[in-house]
Amino acid sequence: MEFIVISLLNGITYGLLLFMLSSGLTLIFSMMGILNFAHASFYMLGAYFAYQISTLVGFWPGLLVAPLLVGAVGAAIECYGLRRAHRFGHVAELLFTFGLAFVVEEVVHLIWGKVAVDYRIPAELDGTLFTLFDTSFPIYKGFMMLISVGMLVALYALLTRTRIGLIIQAALTKPDMVEALGHNVPRIFMLVFGGGTALAGLAGVIGGNAFVTEPGMAAAVGSIVFVIVVVGGLGSLGGAFVASLLIGCIQTFSVGLTISITDVFALIGVQLPEGSQVARLTITQMAPVLPYLLMVAILIFRPRGLMGARES
Amino acid sequence: MNHRNFRSLAIAAGLALVGSSACAQVKIAYIDPLSGPFANVGEAGLKGFKEAAEILVNQKGGIMGQKLEYVGFDNKGSPQETQIQLKAAIDQGFRFVTQGNGSGAAHSLIDAVNKWNARNPDKTVLFFNYAAVDPTLTGEKCSFWHFRFDANTEMKMEAITNFMENDKKIKKVFIIGQDYAHGHQVAKAAKEMLAKKRKDVKVVGEDLHPIGKVKDFAPYIAKIKASGADTVITGNWGNDLSLLVKAAKDAGLKARFFTYYAGGLGTPQAMGASGNGKVLQLTEWHMNVPTKSTEKFALDFNKKYPGVYFYYLRVNTMTEMVAKAMNTAKSTDPKAVALALEDMRFPAENGEVWMRKSDHQMMQPLYISVFSKADGKTVKHDSEGTGYGWKTLASISQRDSQLPTACIMERP
Repeated sequence: MEFIVISLLNGITYGLLLFMLSSGLTLIFSMMGILNFAHASFYMLGAYFAYQISTLVGFWPGLLVAPLLVGAVGAAIECYGLRRAHRFGHVAELLFTFGLAFVVEEVVHLIWGKVAVDYRIPAELDGTLFTLFDTSFPIYKGFMMLISVGMLVALYALLTRTRIGLIIQAALTKPDMVEALGHNVPRIFMLVFGGGTALAGLAGVIGGNAFVTEPGMAAAVGSIVFVIVVVGGLGSLGGAFVASLLIGCIQTFSVGLTISITDVFALIGVQLPEGSQVARLTITQMAPVLPYLLMVAILIFRPRGLMGARES
Repeated sequence: MNHRNFRSLAIAAGLALVGSSACAQVKIAYIDPLSGPFANVGEAGLKGFKEAAEILVNQKGGIMGQKLEYVGFDNKGSPQETQIQLKAAIDQGFRFVTQGNGSGAAHSLIDAVNKWNARNPDKTVLFFNYAAVDPTLTGEKCSFWHFRFDANTEMKMEAITNFMENDKKIKKVFIIGQDYAHGHQVAKAAKEMLAKKRKDVKVVGEDLHPIGKVKDFAPYIAKIKASGADTVITGNWGNDLSLLVKAAKDAGLKARFFTYYAGGLGTPQAMGASGNGKVLQLTEWHMNVPTKSTEKFALDFNKKYPGVYFYYLRVNTMTEMVAKAMNTAKSTDPKAVALALEDMRFPAENGEVWMRKSDHQMMQPLYISVFSKADGKTVKHDSEGTGYGWKTLASISQRDSQLPTACIMERP
């Protein structure tokens, strides 16, 4: 019981962080049709910007300024790079963002070095929030959940309840009409891209000190955010939310299970031959591969994802 | 070409020749991760080697008048990349290599060096291992061209389990490690030795996690907690250890940790006060083991490289022993150096050490210590500015650390 509750809490915390990361990606995809391979790089930039700001003026200003900076970088990249690549079609865009990921990583190497930087949790958030079955739950994890949920609510309200949200949605389906009504559609796209990358930056600000701020952090989460977007359904914010929580929980729970593949097959009545290396693998050892298995299964059986709108 | 041009060219060539002979050097390639998740470990190691070469060798006359220099090669922690870097080092004229972070990379290196030496007997290469602790490297896979300056996993686990034998508080043990050669060997040695020495102790869980990939150990800590373990044994190093103890601290896990590597590279900072009395380590030395000159060396090092803390005494020992072997052999030929290094007894800072001839495993004194509040007396120095340092609980003499070897060495 204790194990289940604690693992559930861990899974939800991790899932909410993943959601912050993938929400920007799915937003950009659903609104602009761009699959942004460099998305996790903006997550990394967020962490490094926040680290730099925290060494100068502390954590709290960084929480606000770093995502804005990342968003500004994202908007500039959209305006001066992606928009040009867009003229040559989707493949050019894809290659552009793919290359961008490497450029960002090298830039980080050049500026901050190859070694992890010492980006720490602020002292006022370092402690225990509550104790459950004598396992303590850190304040910072609660803070991460709060920011993530707050972001979801704000994003939803922005897109459905405000004028700018209406224009954004309209610009996606009927860009010509919106333009004819006097709105600057390229600027709207720039704002969406900047906004999406700012969300990744925000995830970096609070994920960077919860885990490790190092040049490999983008690559570490780069593939998992795609899994979430595919499982949740390309372009669906709600789907990304459900998929993030699902994958967060899968990863934490699978670590805790000591049963092996042989045991799993025994449950459904199949006896595997003894002595095989693969059959003796435990679920814990397979934990890192499970999200990808899920993605493959979803692509085969439900290509539009859990809550996706379109088939492709 | 006219006469004047030719003359200036000749002068330039002559100058270049003179220049190169004046700074003739003995160079050792340091092949370890300088990027990726273990870059911090690799960088700290390289700084230690450079400092040791400068202070302990070059300022004391060098090697037959030449300077000793360590040059970094980034293997990104990968066995494949290690072979590429070895090739690059050999192409640049290196005849000596050192490596330590990761037994996977060490296996790859020992194979490549053996193969190279068999094919190029006139241009042999020698491998000094300062930290890869898989016992097979000086066991079944032992090589004349490999020397290990760190105690191997079996020696370390023997010392740890001897200590546990007398600690009746230990009832349930959980073993967690990185999923590669080293982690497997630690788990194997721990289980075998505990079964022999403490039949009453139960191993309640065993986990191997992907090396360098896990950023949040909370799920593993939840599992350790659920198993009811009072003691955790881990061979983790670098961020895999710092993040593990950080997660244990966040979740308020009360179990004691027996570790190989908690003494440095960011782990003390990650533990802070929560490690007090709960985290133990087995090492060849720590700051509160009295020495003749290492205390000053370490303090100077920490001052010179802010944010990096002196950690590897064996790096100093190795550097001094290699220099001594070269000076004794009056040669920098790898084979002559290897023959001089074999069976060498050397007064290291932690006591007399011995490079066993039969398997090229160095024997040295070992210490078991616990993280405790610095009090200026037994815990004179704290670790990484935390206010807590290492207090010796037990010491194992060089003689007692010896274990038989399975090595059948092919000698050239």
